[in-house]
Amino acid sequence: MEGLKLTNAELMVYIHPSKSGNKLKAICRELSSLLFQYDETFDGVLLAFDVTVKSKGAKILAGLNPYFGVKVEASLLLFNPKPNSLVEGKIVKISPETIHVIVLGFSAAVVTDIDIREEFKYRMRNGEDCFVSSSHKRHVLKVGTMLRLQVESFDEEVMHIAGSLLPANTGCVKWLEQQSEEALHMDRDDHKRRKIA
Amino acid sequence: MGASEALTDPSSLYNVGNNDLSDTETVLNVRNALASVQNGESDLYDQFVETIQINNRSDDALGAQLDALLKALSGSVACIDVNHHRRILSGIFGMSLWDHKPHVMDALVDLIISLAATSGKYLDNCLNMLIRHFVPPPWVIDRLWQNRVIVQKQDVLSRVHGALLKISLLVPLAPSRLLPMLAQQLPKINKKDQVVVIYVENLLKLENSSIGQVGGGMIFMMVMERLRDLDLEIDWDDILQDDSNRGMFDMELEDAMNEGDELPVGSLNQDTSRGKIESLDKLMVACFDHLESCNLHGRLDQVFEKLFDSFENFILNTYKSKVSQFLMFYACSLDPENCGVKFGSKLLDIFLSSNKPRPTRQVSLWMSAVAYLASYLARGKFLPVSYVATMLKRLVDECADYCRICNDDIRPEAHQLLYSGCQAIMYVLCFRMRSILDVPRFRSELIPLESILMHRLNPLMVCLPSVVAEFLRQAKAGGLFVVSDSFIFEDLLESELSRAFGGCERLDTFFPFDPCLLKSSNSNISGNFIYWSMVRPTYDKDDDEEEDDAEIIVNGDEESDEEDEGDLDYALNKMSITPKHSFKNKMERERLVKMPSMIRPSTSPESL
Repeated sequence: MEGLKLTNAELMVYIHPSKSGNKLKAICRELSSLLFQYDETFDGVLLAFDVTVKSKGAKILAGLNPYFGVKVEASLLLFNPKPNSLVEGKIVKISPETIHVIVLGFSAAVVTDIDIREEFKYRMRNGEDCFVSSSHKRHVLKVGTMLRLQVESFDEEVMHIAGSLLPANTGCVKWLEQQSEEALHMDRDDHKRRKIA
Repeated sequence: MGASEALTDPSSLYNVGNNDLSDTETVLNVRNALASVQNGESDLYDQFVETIQINNRSDDALGAQLDALLKALSGSVACIDVNHHRRILSGIFGMSLWDHKPHVMDALVDLIISLAATSGKYLDNCLNMLIRHFVPPPWVIDRLWQNRVIVQKQDVLSRVHGALLKISLLVPLAPSRLLPMLAQQLPKINKKDQVVVIYVENLLKLENSSIGQVGGGMIFMMVMERLRDLDLEIDWDDILQDDSNRGMFDMELEDAMNEGDELPVGSLNQDTSRGKIESLDKLMVACFDHLESCNLHGRLDQVFEKLFDSFENFILNTYKSKVSQFLMFYACSLDPENCGVKFGSKLLDIFLSSNKPRPTRQVSLWMSAVAYLASYLARGKFLPVSYVATMLKRLVDECADYCRICNDDIRPEAHQLLYSGCQAIMYVLCFRMRSILDVPRFRSELIPLESILMHRLNPLMVCLPSVVAEFLRQAKAGGLFVVSDSFIFEDLLESELSRAFGGCERLDTFFPFDPCLLKSSNSNISGNFIYWSMVRPTYDKDDDEEEDDAEIIVNGDEESDEEDEGDLDYALNKMSITPKHSFKNKMERERLVKMPSMIRPSTSPESL
């Protein structure tokens, strides 16, 4: 899945003097307040972090409350799906006009019918809504399927992804991977045949 | 495709009573109409806007049209543009489920859910629109007793809650956006309306749902804050017709409450006070019901933590709230082994945290915590004596430690913690003396108490005289110990010294769990509440005329006729100092002020 990256960052965290008893806790609290929010400096949504305090000394800010700045090194897990990148998520709702997907458990993604390629048709099977591919009968999209979709746009404020199923490499993840495995297999067989021959 | 291709007759678009095919056609037509707005041709679009703005419940044809339109719009959400279709969007967000029949409600709710889930731009508007329904329109409030209005209310609110849950399923971050909006739309305290009660009922219902897993803490904070604000708005002194400013804490109007009488309301501001009292009463009962349902579902333990956090934030430091704290009392009474024990322990921890090195001294907070603990241990009928004894022991040990290491400053303000601790112990023992003394083990745990009370800092002189007097009377009668100096307080209920240690918040007269003054709330509480009249003190309450002071054991000289204790107990009783005064003298005994059941400085004689 694209859009996830792990970066290292050197940060300066400013802590209120009352928290000097437990600096690590204060630092974690500061960074936790940034979780699941888009940050411009980091260029992405902060999903997770790991922190180590680098130096023993800290710089005290002059002012009414003498905050002190602690240098930390952090590794950050960031999420920033750029347009035309691929993401994966679980389908939670299907209607004739839309497919609703949840990516990484927190981001809502939607694919509307104009962005679903022609091969997928809406069907009601056994009381369940689903989209079935007309060319490959086994390629079915229903609630609970892991879906790979292409990102059209990403709304940073609400973490909303507008997705598209137009490209050929999008669809049910399991089916796509089976397809690529078979293709690999066939390639190998071909290769062997050519070798023998 | 231009608008010219679209049908000019709008009613045929809706095709009521149809199959799937024409639904798709309808959707297609609506999409075309929406798209054509950008080209400047907006006749159909205008008609859509008009249909949405019609507000006529009774017209069935219009209702059907609206229904079809809303369904078609749900299918065309992706074609709605936030800039070009402003009018229809504001029309949709301006609609209210209260105005429509159930089938239109369903269509509207589906549209809102689609809008919220499909694009992040509409999420906030959708959530706000749904929350607005928690405040019913005036015509509903005025007719809440009518059956059809009750049904309508149920229809609307169940759909709103269902929609909120569905949206939070499709958009996982929706609950965190929802919570600040809930706080914003919480109605201000209004004298006449009881809208806030309905709103809070809905908040609590949300707390019970999956949204509550994320935001339950914040919901309790909102509710607790509102309770406190309403509590503080009510002028309790005015209500109880008490013109004296000195009686700061509550009166035990247990007789009135037990007979189910209404609270006597002062002649001034009768309407507004009564309205607020009723609102507060209903709010409390709504919260009690919620706590009870949490208990039935086994969630009370988890909820209790959040409840205590909001209590600590809003109530613990508010000394004038009379009723809100009973939420905690009720929660503890529902689950004494878990929540009941936790509440006491947490309060004790706050008091004991005064020992740890802290950046700020929060003396008022610590004193308030111990006052709460004392009132709780005294009044909680559901608390086992062993638990009360354990808590008392820890308080006694803490005070003993303090006495050992304290400095030489003799001003009461310098030792507020000691005095509040001692007063807490004495207050609890006023209620529980007999049951504690009945068990030798608990009795022996109180041995250090004597040296504390005899310490040079003299808590007996500084603590609230009414409490000290009652305590001493019971201590002597129970044979806990006998104090050599006589303490004659001349009907004083408080003294300068007690005021000094109490500080400006008057924490010396702070007994937060004094009887609840609201009728319905009290009926929930009274089963688990110890009223002063229920307490069996170690002396005989009716016994004022008796010359026979058999209950008062004085250093082995007398023997008790009535209290025939075994030799072992009798020996234990002899932890007393040789008395200078004997209480055989009736006159002297009368001089000891007994703890009145009406604790207030009144000019009229006390009623028994």
